Amino acid sequence: MSAIEINNISKTYGTTTALDNISFNVKEGELFGLIGADGAGKTTLFRILTTLILADKGSASVNGFDVISQYKSIRNDVGYMPGRFSLYGDMTVKENLDFFASVFGTTLEQNRDLIEDIYCQIEPFNNRRSAKLSGGMKQKLALCCALIHKPSVLFLDEPTTGVDPVSRKEFWEMLHKLKKKGISILTSTPYMDEAGQCDRIAFIKQGKILTIDTPAGIIDSFGEPLFAVSANNMHTLLKAVREYPEVKNCYTFGEYHHFTVRDVKFKKAGFLSYLGSLGYENISINQITATVEDCYLKLSEL
Amino acid sequence: MMEYAIDVNNLTKKFGNFTAVDNISFNVKRGEIFGFLGANGAGKTTAMRILCGLSFPTSGKGTVAGYDIATQSENIKKSIGYMSQKFSLYDDLKVWENIRLFAGIYGVPEKEIEPRTEELLKTLDFTSERNSLVSKLPLGWKQKLAFSVAIFHNPCIVFLDEPTGGVDPETRRQFWEMIYEASDRGITVFVTTHYMDEAEYCDRVSIMVDGKIEALDTPLNLKNKFRVNSMEEVFYLLARKATRNE
Repeated sequence: MSAIEINNISKTYGTTTALDNISFNVKEGELFGLIGADGAGKTTLFRILTTLILADKGSASVNGFDVISQYKSIRNDVGYMPGRFSLYGDMTVKENLDFFASVFGTTLEQNRDLIEDIYCQIEPFNNRRSAKLSGGMKQKLALCCALIHKPSVLFLDEPTTGVDPVSRKEFWEMLHKLKKKGISILTSTPYMDEAGQCDRIAFIKQGKILTIDTPAGIIDSFGEPLFAVSANNMHTLLKAVREYPEVKNCYTFGEYHHFTVRDVKFKKAGFLSYLGSLGYENISINQITATVEDCYLKLSEL
Repeated sequence: MMEYAIDVNNLTKKFGNFTAVDNISFNVKRGEIFGFLGANGAGKTTAMRILCGLSFPTSGKGTVAGYDIATQSENIKKSIGYMSQKFSLYDDLKVWENIRLFAGIYGVPEKEIEPRTEELLKTLDFTSERNSLVSKLPLGWKQKLAFSVAIFHNPCIVFLDEPTGGVDPETRRQFWEMIYEASDRGITVFVTTHYMDEAEYCDRVSIMVDGKIEALDTPLNLKNKFRVNSMEEVFYLLARKATRNE
């Protein structure tokens, strides 16, 4: 049985199509990433799967339970961390945890082992109102609340947006631990380094799935040479590279610009002398392996 | 003309017993793209509020756009632009209404507002969206507009507080190309981000840990100094030492 099954789901809001005939499965115990821009339809899909809204067309199930006829079973069985901070800001850390535990008919003590690693970091702030926590702390508390009833499927809508790199890394270490405990996880993220940590990912754009595969599979399907270039003036270099006739696409990528070429017979030497003639210094050009981010950029141009 | 857009010395801000900003000193050159990095809770927002004239330091001195942060905060506010992912434009106002509102707030002379609005709409290729509600615009467009509005009055410095938080890779790149253009026009850019590839787009970056600036240099020099290959690793090495956890 799949943890999540989505078959031909569509959803429109007025004239806006949020989801356009989406189908995919998340296997039991899988960590599955949904990658896409703001407005791509990620949150709509989360809300359908957590039984908060109804799809216009198609069917879906979570742990074998139908999202419409068996919504009550789903609600008992899943944890959901919405994109916006949705805990009670005027209740303390401990009060929020106790509240969510009692809603699900359990207690913090009963499930403490599941959340111990995360909870121990926020326990010192037990008596602080949750609205007064920092961004990273809020995320940790929200994850604890989503886990308090031992869900078998966890839905995380952009859990690390606005979270600093150190806290993000810790957060993902926790997700890997939860996965080891057998929890299936569907998460969305705008961070491409996180996409690489998922078992499988789906790129979603304007309500449609562009591709679904393992990160390695997606990288393999890039299918053309990719180069990284840097020189003394990175601002103007971007334009210079784009104006070179053999270059197909060029975009910024951290300390380099990445570019693809129109012809596989592309010669570095000619390009190098072109940049040299424009006065660039310290030029470096290397053929590189694409990352998940390169693949996203390529697919989203289509 | 002054050399530095921002020049602060021994800036400290305390809230009761808590030292949010702990004796920081740095400067930002005119036209520079300066990345202001740090973990959540390191004190970035507090420091930024002081630099924007919204808060005053407990001790220390400094100037922003040549004005004293302790005594000339109203002049500072007129010389800067500000944008963040959380707040930038009014969703329930039309495109032209947002431009009109912020132009007024930033003190653009009345008779210049209309011609410059036309010019901006043309440059952005937004003329057909003049009467659209901002809430109806795609995120990428919204961001372009928000940034253009923040520099509509040609400020000396623009402060960008996590301008690309939660934004997809394509839109982030378009946004940074606009930052490059503004910088090439001479506008100083002061930006915070949690994306370490964006740290590479800055001329210099500082990394704040527990209220102090622990490192400040070009991305290349920082990587060399810490003997690592990426800004991500530089950030880990510094920020994981943090003891402050809130």
